[in-house]
Amino acid sequence: MIVPDNNVIVNEVEKLIEKYGSGRENLLPVLQDIQRKFGFISDFAMQEIAHKMNIHPVEVYGVVTFYSFLSTEPKGKYIIRLCKTISCDLAGKDAVANTLQRELGLKFGETSSDRKFTLEYCHCIGMCDQGPAMLINEQVYTKLTPSKVIEIIENLK
Amino acid sequence: MPIINDTVFFDERAHGEALEKALKMTPQEVVLEVRESGLRGRGGAGFPTGTKWMLALTAKSDKKFVVCNADEGEPGTFKDRVLLSEYTKLVLEGIVIGGYAIQAQKGFIYLRGEYAYLYEYLNDYLERMRKEKRLGKNILGTNFDFDIEIRLGSGAYVCGEETALIESLEGHRGEARNRPPFPVNTGYLGYPTIVNNVETFACAYIVISKGAQWFSKYGTEKSKGMKLISVSGDCKKPGVYEVPFGIKVKELLELVGAEDTKAVQIGGASGICVPMSEIDRNISFEDIPTGGSVIIFNQNRNMLEVLKNFMEFFVEESCGQCTPCRIGNKKLLEGVELLEEGKCSHKYLNELIELGKTMQIASKCGLGQSSPNPFISIVTNFKDEIMSNSIRGKNGY
Ligand SMILES: Cc1cc2nc3c(=O)[nH]c(=O)nc-3n(C[C@H](O)[C@H](O)[C@H](O)COP(=O)(O)O)c2cc1C
Ligand code: SF4
Ligand code: FES
Repeated sequence: MIVPDNNVIVNEVEKLIEKYGSGRENLLPVLQDIQRKFGFISDFAMQEIAHKMNIHPVEVYGVVTFYSFLSTEPKGKYIIRLCKTISCDLAGKDAVANTLQRELGLKFGETSSDRKFTLEYCHCIGMCDQGPAMLINEQVYTKLTPSKVIEIIENLK
Repeated sequence: MPIINDTVFFDERAHGEALEKALKMTPQEVVLEVRESGLRGRGGAGFPTGTKWMLALTAKSDKKFVVCNADEGEPGTFKDRVLLSEYTKLVLEGIVIGGYAIQAQKGFIYLRGEYAYLYEYLNDYLERMRKEKRLGKNILGTNFDFDIEIRLGSGAYVCGEETALIESLEGHRGEARNRPPFPVNTGYLGYPTIVNNVETFACAYIVISKGAQWFSKYGTEKSKGMKLISVSGDCKKPGVYEVPFGIKVKELLELVGAEDTKAVQIGGASGICVPMSEIDRNISFEDIPTGGSVIIFNQNRNMLEVLKNFMEFFVEESCGQCTPCRIGNKKLLEGVELLEEGKCSHKYLNELIELGKTMQIASKCGLGQSSPNPFISIVTNFKDEIMSNSIRGKNGY
C-alpha cells in the first residue's frame, strides 16, 4: 500500500462529508471510513476534516488518539487483533500468540515493512465461549490453535 | 453463531407481535406496562426501565432520542451479540417500542467496533423493516414516525458508559460526563435521551407482547424476569443461558457442567470473585448483580494471574480523566506485580484495599468505581493463595 496522494484525501473527505453531513456528530463515521480506506488517518487528513467540519485540528487529533481502532500511523492491510482477556487466556491464548509472532515475524504492536500485516492485542471481543479468539480486520476467528493460525496466515500471505 | 442453549424458560418467551400491540396503546400505557413489569436495566446497573422511560416521556422537548447500547465490552459478556444476531426482531422492534413510548423520532444502535461484522446484517434488517412499514414514516399505518441508525464504536470500553457513549455519538472523545444532568433530560445533543442495553429492549418487547404480569412471574421480589448469562471459562458447556433472577451460583455451575471449580467471577472484570464457600449466594440485584458475565476458574488456576489480567484491562481502558481511576488502577496493578514477586507486605496489601475503597467512592464514572471490585474480592477471598505466592516468590526462596 502506498501513502495516498493529498488530492485523493481531499476528494474522499468531501465525499464523506456529503454522505454523513458536516456536523460534529458525524466526525466518527467520517474518521472510521478514512481509517478503513487508507489504513490510517494522516495529519493532512485530520486537517482536511477539521477544515471541512469547521473544528480545530487538535480536536480531531484528540478524537483519533482516543480510540484504539483509529490510528495516526500507517497500519497493515490485515490488522490482526488477538484477544488477551481472561477467558481467551484460560483457553490457551499464549500458544496462539507465539504462533502468530513466529509465523509473521512480528512482535505485538508491530506492522510488517511491506504494510501487509499489523499484529496487536485487543480486549474481549465477545467470543469468550469460543476462545482463543481474534479479529482480522472485521472478521472473527474462534477456537484458535497453532495449526489453525498457520493455515489462516498462509491463506493471507 | 452459538445458539441459546439449555435455556429454562425460553420457549415460553416465544415472541408474539409486540409492535402491533404497543402502537394500539398510548405511550403512557406502554410506559406503565413496562413499569409494572418491574423490568430493570440489563446492562448491569439495574435502573428501573419504566421509570427511565417515564422521565423521558414527561420531559418537554420537540426532539427526543433512543440509544441502544450495543457496546458490550465487559470481559466475558457476549449475550448481546447473540441477541442481535439471532433474536434481531426482539431487539430492533424493542427499540421502536421504546421510541414510541417516549415519543422520540430517532434511535441509534451504538454497535461496538469489534462487532462490525454484524453491521451489514443489521442494516439489511432495518431496510426490510422500512419496506414492511415497521420503521420509518407512518409505522404500521399510524402517525408515528421513527427511524434507527447504526453507529460503530472504535474500540474503547469506557464508551459503554452511557454519558461517554453520548459523547462518542456527538463526535468527541469517549469521556464520561458528570451526572446529573442525566441523559433523560440532557442527552444526545442536549435532548432527552434514553440509553438502554440490548437485552433491556428485548425484554421490553416481551413485556409488551406477554404482559407485565407474565414477565414478573419470574425472578425475585426486586429482580423481575429472566436474565441472559454469558458463561465462559472452565466448564463443559460454555455459552448463553437464560435463567430466572435469583438462581444460585451453585445451580448455575451445575447447569453449565462446571467441575473442580475454585472460583466464579460474576459481572466481568468489574464484578466480584465468588469463592466456593459462597456459591449459595444468588444472582439478582438484591445479592450479586450482573450484566451477565460469568467466568469460571478451576482448581488449577492461579488467582493472581486472573487478577493481573483484570487490572491490566482497567489500566489500559481508563479514560484518564480523573485521578483516582487513572492513578489508582496503576497502583493496584503494581501491587499485583509486587505480590507476584513476593514483595508485597500484608500491611501494604491492606493499604491497597483502602485505596480501592477510595476509588469506589471518588471516581467519576462506573469504570473507576468498579475496577477495584476484583482486586478487593480476590485478595480477600484468596488471601492464603496470594500471600503464599508472595512468600515463595517467583524465583522461589
Ligand atoms: C465502564 C462502563 C461500561 C459499560 N458498558 C456497558 C455496555 O457495554 N453495555 C451496556 O448496556 N451498558 C454498559 N454500561 C452501563 C451503562 O452506563 C448504562 O447504565 C446502561 O446502558 C443503561 O441501560 P440499562 O438500564 O438498560 O441497563 C457500562 C457502564 C460503565 C461504567
Ligand atoms: S473513572 Fe476512569 S474511566 Fe471514568 S471518568 Fe474517571 S478516569 Fe475516566
Ligand atoms: S475473553 Fe476473549 S473474547 Fe472474551
